[in-house]
Amino acid sequence: MTEGEFPTTLVVGTVPSATLASADRRTLMTDSLPTASAATPEPRFTPLRGIHESLGATFTDFGGWQMPVRYASDLAEHRAVREAAGIFDISHMAEFLVTGTGAGQLLDYALGGKLSTLAVGRAKYSLLLADDGGIIDDVIVYCLGPEWYLVIANAGNREAVAAAFAERVSRAPIAAAFSTAPIEGVHTFGGVVGGDLARVEDVSDSFSLIAVQGPRAGEIVAGAAGVDAGALTDLGYYAAAQTTFDDSPMLLARTGYTGEDGYELLVPNARAVELWAALTEAGAAFGLVPAGLAARDTLRLEAGMPLYGHELSRGVLPAQAGLGRTVSFDKPDFVGREALEAAAAGGSDGAAGSTPETAARPVLVGLVAEGRRAGRAGYAVFDGETPVGEVTSGALSPTLGHPIAMAFVPPSLAGEGTVLSIDVRGTKVPATVTALPFYRRKK
Amino acid sequence: MTDLNALHYTPEHEWISIEGDVATIGITDYAAEQLGDVVFLELPEIDSAVTAGQVVGEIESTKSVGELFAPMDGDIVGVNEAAVDDPSLVNSEPFAGGWLIKVRVATSELPAGLLDRAGYAALTGGSL
Repeated sequence: MTEGEFPTTLVVGTVPSATLASADRRTLMTDSLPTASAATPEPRFTPLRGIHESLGATFTDFGGWQMPVRYASDLAEHRAVREAAGIFDISHMAEFLVTGTGAGQLLDYALGGKLSTLAVGRAKYSLLLADDGGIIDDVIVYCLGPEWYLVIANAGNREAVAAAFAERVSRAPIAAAFSTAPIEGVHTFGGVVGGDLARVEDVSDSFSLIAVQGPRAGEIVAGAAGVDAGALTDLGYYAAAQTTFDDSPMLLARTGYTGEDGYELLVPNARAVELWAALTEAGAAFGLVPAGLAARDTLRLEAGMPLYGHELSRGVLPAQAGLGRTVSFDKPDFVGREALEAAAAGGSDGAAGSTPETAARPVLVGLVAEGRRAGRAGYAVFDGETPVGEVTSGALSPTLGHPIAMAFVPPSLAGEGTVLSIDVRGTKVPATVTALPFYRRKK
Repeated sequence: MTDLNALHYTPEHEWISIEGDVATIGITDYAAEQLGDVVFLELPEIDSAVTAGQVVGEIESTKSVGELFAPMDGDIVGVNEAAVDDPSLVNSEPFAGGWLIKVRVATSELPAGLLDRAGYAALTGGSL
C-alpha cells in the first residue's frame, strides 16, 4: 500500500472502477477477507495493544502498524467526536526532536514553512518538500524552547522523513548532525539540547501519542488523574505546553486531525497505558469513546484535511493541494524553493504567463453529491463524457448525510459550483465543486 | 433466533437459509464486522433472474464496498426493504433482520463448495 495511506481496501475489497468489467471481481471478496489481518509480515503494535484488544478492536495495517480501525461502530465513534469526545491511539506516528542553536535555521532549510520565527509554545503545520517541490510528508512542528522543536510526521513516512533530515543536516548552511539513537535518560523534553550543533533525533520508538478530540476534550484532559490541569489554562489552538503526567514528562498540544477542538498528549511509552486509563476514566462522564482509524479518516475528510498518500504525494506540489500558503519564500534557501519558484513563474495555478503544460496541473477540490453512493479514492471524475481527474478520498459523510470527496481536477473546472460527475462503479453520479472544508465546527 | 448451525455458508461470506424452494441470503457477522458500519445497500429488482456467481448487489460501509453474489440460480422473490431503509440492520442482526435477498431456486440441489458452520469458522479463523 502507499505509504501512510488509510487502508480503503482493508476488508471486503473496495472495488476500483478500473476493475468493474473484470472477470475476477469475485476474488476481491474471497481473497481479501481472510488475509486482511496478515498483510504485513512483522506488524508493529503500540504499547496500547492490550487495551485495544480488551476493547474488542478490529485491527488493520497502517503504515506497517497494526492499529484499531474501529472498536464497535465507526459511525458511533465519528458521532461521539463531533458531539462529545473520542480518544485515539496515534502512537504509530513518528517524532523527531530538532535541537541546538541552529535548530530553527535547519528547519527553515529542511521544511517549506518558516519555523525559526515560531514562538515558543506554538505549533505550525508544514510540508517536507523534495528538490522538485513534491511533497515527501506533511508534519506538525512544535516549538518547545528557543532551540528546541518537535516534528511529528506520518508513520508510513518515518523512514523518508528520517532520510531527508539525515541528508539535509549535512546540506544545510549550518553545522548540524543527525541521530537515530534514542535519547538516553530523558527526564524533560529540554534535557538533550544539542549544544552548538543543530541535531535531529528520531525518537519515534520512545514516545506514545494519544489524542482526545471533541467539544468535551478540554474538560476530559483537565480532569484526568495525574494531568496538571493548570497546563491547559490559556493554551490556545495550535499551541503546546511541556507539562507532566504524574512524574513523567508530557507534551500537551492543542492540535488534532478531526476538525474538532482537541488535544494530543505525548508521553514516554512506559506511561501510555496509565495515561489512556486516566483519560478514559475522566471521560466516562462526558461520553468519551475509543475511536479508530475509520472514524479518524471520515472526521478529517469532513474537515477537508489532506491525508498523505491520498491528497499529498511526491508528485503533488503544495499549491495544487491548496497548501501554497504553508510555504514561506521569506527566508533563505530551502529544499524545493527553486522548483516552486519556477512552477509559480510558469503559472501552475493557471495565472498569467502559464503554458499549456503547467496550466493543466490539476488542483484539489471538494466535491459534494446527493444520495448515498459515495465516490471513493481512485474513482474517475468526469466533465460530461470526458475524464478529467480522480477522487483522492471520498465517503458518505456521517455528519452531513451525503457523499463528499476530494479530487484533483484541472484549474478550469475547479470553480465553486462547477458540476462534474464521479464514476461510481459504472454509474456517473453528479458532483458539485464546493469550498473546503465540508464541515466546520461551531466556535 | 436463527440457528446458525442450520445455515449454509459460502467462501464469499454469505449465508443461505433454505425453506422449500426459497433461499434467504445475507452476509455473515464476520463480513459485517469486517466491513464496518453499513451505510448503503443496492439490491436487485424483484422478479429478476439471477445466476450463481453473479454480482446482484452492493453493500457499502463507510470505508469499503462489498459485493453481493447470487449463490444459486433462480429468481429474486424478495429484497429486504427494511434493511435498505436502515442498513445498520446488516451490522446489528446479520443473520435475522439484516437478511438481504430471497431467491426462488431453480433446483433443490445445493451448489458445490458450501460450508457448514464449522467449515466457515475455520475459514475465518474464528471460533463458533
